[in-house]
Amino acid sequence: MRFLLVEDNASLATAVLDRLRLDGHVVDHAGDVETAEGFAATMDYDLILLDIMLPDGDGRDFLKRHRARQEKTPVIVLTARSEVSDRVGVLDLGADDYITKPFDFSELEARCRAVLRRHGGNGSNQKRFGDLLFDPMGGTLTLGTKTTSLRNKELRLLEIFLASPEQIHSKTKLVDRLFSYDEDVSENAIEVYVARLRKHLAGSCVSILTVRGLGYRVSQE
Amino acid sequence: MSPAPNPAPQRPGAAAKTPGRLRSSGSLRRRLALQLVGSAAILASVLFFAVLGFARDLSQRSHDSILFASATSILDSVTVQGGEVTLDIPYAALSMLGNISDDRVFYRVTLDDTLLTGYPDLPVQATPPKGVPITDRRQGEPSFLTTRYRDSSLRMVTLSRLMALQEGAREISISVAQTRDGQAAELAALTRSALQLGVGFFLISALLALWTAQWSIRPLDVLTGVVSRRGPKDLRPVRHAVPTEMLPLVHSLNRFIERLRISLTRSEDFIAEAAHRVRTPLATVRTQAEITLRRVDKPENRTSLREMIRAIDESSRAAGQLLDHAMVTFRTDSLERKPVELSALVAELVDRLRPVAELKDIDLCCHTRNVPALPGDAILIQNAVRNILDNAIKYSAAESRVDVTVHQTALDAVVTVTDAAGGFPDPDTTALTERFVRGSNSVGTIGSGLGLTIAREVAEAHGGQLDISPSDTGAGACVSLAFPLQ
Amino acid sequence: MRFSRVPFAIAALFWAVFSIKATGAGSDVGYEVEAQRQFGTPNPASVELQILSTTDTALLAPLIESFLQSHSDVVIDYSELSSAELMKAVLSQDTTSSDGFDLAISSAMDLQVKLANDGFTRKHSSGVRALMPGWSNWRDHVFAFSQEPATILLSRAAFADLPQPKSRQNLIELMRRHPDRFRGRIGTYDAGTSGLGYLFATQDARSSDSFWRLMELFGSLDLRLYCCSGAMIEDVASGKLVMAYNVLGSYAQARRDLVEKILILEPEDYTNMMLRSAVILKTSSEPDLAGLFVDHLLEAAWGDDADDLTSGYPFRHYPVRSSGESAPYRPIQLGPGLMVYLDRLKRAKFLREWHSTVEQN
Repeated sequence: MRFLLVEDNASLATAVLDRLRLDGHVVDHAGDVETAEGFAATMDYDLILLDIMLPDGDGRDFLKRHRARQEKTPVIVLTARSEVSDRVGVLDLGADDYITKPFDFSELEARCRAVLRRHGGNGSNQKRFGDLLFDPMGGTLTLGTKTTSLRNKELRLLEIFLASPEQIHSKTKLVDRLFSYDEDVSENAIEVYVARLRKHLAGSCVSILTVRGLGYRVSQE
Repeated sequence: MSPAPNPAPQRPGAAAKTPGRLRSSGSLRRRLALQLVGSAAILASVLFFAVLGFARDLSQRSHDSILFASATSILDSVTVQGGEVTLDIPYAALSMLGNISDDRVFYRVTLDDTLLTGYPDLPVQATPPKGVPITDRRQGEPSFLTTRYRDSSLRMVTLSRLMALQEGAREISISVAQTRDGQAAELAALTRSALQLGVGFFLISALLALWTAQWSIRPLDVLTGVVSRRGPKDLRPVRHAVPTEMLPLVHSLNRFIERLRISLTRSEDFIAEAAHRVRTPLATVRTQAEITLRRVDKPENRTSLREMIRAIDESSRAAGQLLDHAMVTFRTDSLERKPVELSALVAELVDRLRPVAELKDIDLCCHTRNVPALPGDAILIQNAVRNILDNAIKYSAAESRVDVTVHQTALDAVVTVTDAAGGFPDPDTTALTERFVRGSNSVGTIGSGLGLTIAREVAEAHGGQLDISPSDTGAGACVSLAFPLQ
Repeated sequence: MRFSRVPFAIAALFWAVFSIKATGAGSDVGYEVEAQRQFGTPNPASVELQILSTTDTALLAPLIESFLQSHSDVVIDYSELSSAELMKAVLSQDTTSSDGFDLAISSAMDLQVKLANDGFTRKHSSGVRALMPGWSNWRDHVFAFSQEPATILLSRAAFADLPQPKSRQNLIELMRRHPDRFRGRIGTYDAGTSGLGYLFATQDARSSDSFWRLMELFGSLDLRLYCCSGAMIEDVASGKLVMAYNVLGSYAQARRDLVEKILILEPEDYTNMMLRSAVILKTSSEPDLAGLFVDHLLEAAWGDDADDLTSGYPFRHYPVRSSGESAPYRPIQLGPGLMVYLDRLKRAKFLREWHSTVEQN
């Protein structure tokens, strides 16, 4: 997906960019309002992540103009403030959601997903893999005529697997991405979710293979 | 806004925070009224004595003029016949005196020192000193005397004239006197009238004085009303028109309000700025730590990184809650009450926290009934509920359930949050809401313990309360926040 | 009234009035009482009221009796004497004592006023005051209780063939037309000896210019002078006089037996009204009782529902009007003006003029 990140703090921006690109998204970065306006005018984005305090103006002004142009692109505001008054302000101006810095990346992902889901997504986000039709926005998996709703962790696990099929995912990495850091889970917890996914994939040409000592790999027969 | 300096009885919360009782140096209205009434009293007595003096003088003068007319008419009747001085007192001379009052009348006519007719024992006017030539005496000029005669007060006039007789000039002297009973009665009536006039004047003046005092003080009352009716957040300068004398006071008041407003704005900005300054670097470090974690494989490095991220999360959460708490303290100091739709507020909050709950596959179930709008600060209430929900989500196990309900009791609107996070160990449920105390089950879970404190303070500021009890199933805790509907 | 029994010069009295203070109250000036009568039955508890009066005892007796009916334990000692003697009697009293005479009733208005003016009387706030005309009360000291006209008495026989005169003007015309019929047969008071005659003469002189003309005419017709009303009434009735001027109407009216012979004329141009009055003396030992008696007199005189038969009021009731109105009845005004004619010089001058007018021969 294509993101526009509007954030003036360079190191935070770099970190967020790295993180999003790591997940396979295309991200443009604007350090101020003017640059952001330029990007927004020339490109179509799936989502805009917008900081409030910018060197050449207020992110809220950008938001106001953005909505005034009848742009439909959803916006998530990144704010350092925790005050609800700010939240009310940005939501009133047309932001779809906001997240308080510093944010747990999985929370950001969850919010992005929720926002995109609310926007109805688009068909292009559906992924076909073998005989599977996977809709990460809707959180559904369709096998033939049977459509299954996936729970959050199952969905994310499947997303990780399908993003790079045939690659081996170590249990450690999977725990990192699936669980927040305040959850004390052992690597074995992953096995529970893998077992559930396998159940959903039964009868499909796609299967999750265990690579002993290394992790898991998705393969297509 | 700091506690209002003027009493605001409509807010029991605010009134309780009124600083030490102001000392009064007396009522301006009373002082003004007293001064005006005092002046009126002085003026009334001056008026009374002036009218009385004037009336007395006038009465005396009219009496004198009639006595004088009487004496003159007697003097005019004096003739010299065959070398004899004789006189024919006109009837009118005495009857005119009888016409003005029923007073007793006395008269005497003397030629030099010889009595011609009348009352010989009538008091004698002081004679001019001996040796003064008789021609130098002012002839025809009346001299008046007030004296006592036959047990009565008497007003007497004496007229003299030189008569040319064969043996030389002789002085004929006429005295006419009248008692003053009628005059006294007239004066008594006049005194009554003057007294009535004075008292009437005083009463009217006093009424006017009270009215004036009331009226003069009114702008102060109006200003007081204008200032005390303001909401705690209303820091606009006072624009109400006031009399010139009060302009300096209002100017000072406005300057004070402006300083207060600036100082408050600075505090708010400071809180925002502090959050920004702390959180942005934390966000950077956290994000980078996460990225790094995905790239390293060595278990000891990974453990360090996880510890680091946790520490960051804890700092960030602590900072957030400290700021929340500062904000709550700041807002509860002067609670601004507006109608709050509790059900809508909670539903919206649940919607917003759902993505976070979903991360742990926690079912966030919201059951709201419509409850009437309650008077309160929406931002504070939201903050309180969010902290409780946050706690519930943080401490709940994955794939468990958190129930949020809003319902109404006899007096309160109640929000309950029930989780299955194992509950709080019974003995210290009240201590939990003290600052920085964490439940004993929270080992390994990030949280500063301020959340419940914040919620309790908000509830108490609204006159409500925070209750913690084991959930029905015993699997978790049930935290309820009650806010009075009135 | 028996003015005839007061033959001495009243002028001397006036001097005494003025000089009483100067010569001392202790000087023993004797006074002559003509008649004395006690009303009421004395008993140990009775209170005595001493009245000095110039009024015939018989005339006032019914009025006194009616008072005693409601005050049974009162005894009234009534002394009848001339107005000059009354004056002497009052002046002879020690004004500081309070066991002397209680009341003085007199027709001599000027002397009554003088008593009040000179401080021999006592104030009395009468409950009857509201009923009285203002001119009947002076200072709440002098209370008038009758109106008695100065009338002209005509002999019915003498005027049988003449038109009945209505006014002084008519009289003057008649006298001028028939001087012989009137010559030597006109009578009036001797102003020099009669106090009442002097009062009427001076009031006439004050009231009308025609008075001196009338006197001059009288003088030319050999006026006869009388001391008192009684003698004039008798002489008119007997035909000795054709006309008597300034006769006290109340006395003439009282003579019902002479109604066939005399004609009482109240002149239309003006009729002077003498006011009989009472004063409470300073020497009174019973001022309250004296006040009650005065109230009794006043009620009989001025009361709305006065019943003369019950009260024994002997005088005619005349309409009560204020003295200012132009009515034939002119009540002589109580007040200090009356004292003018008591003035020694004034009196001497007036009488000199009067005598020279009426005594032309």
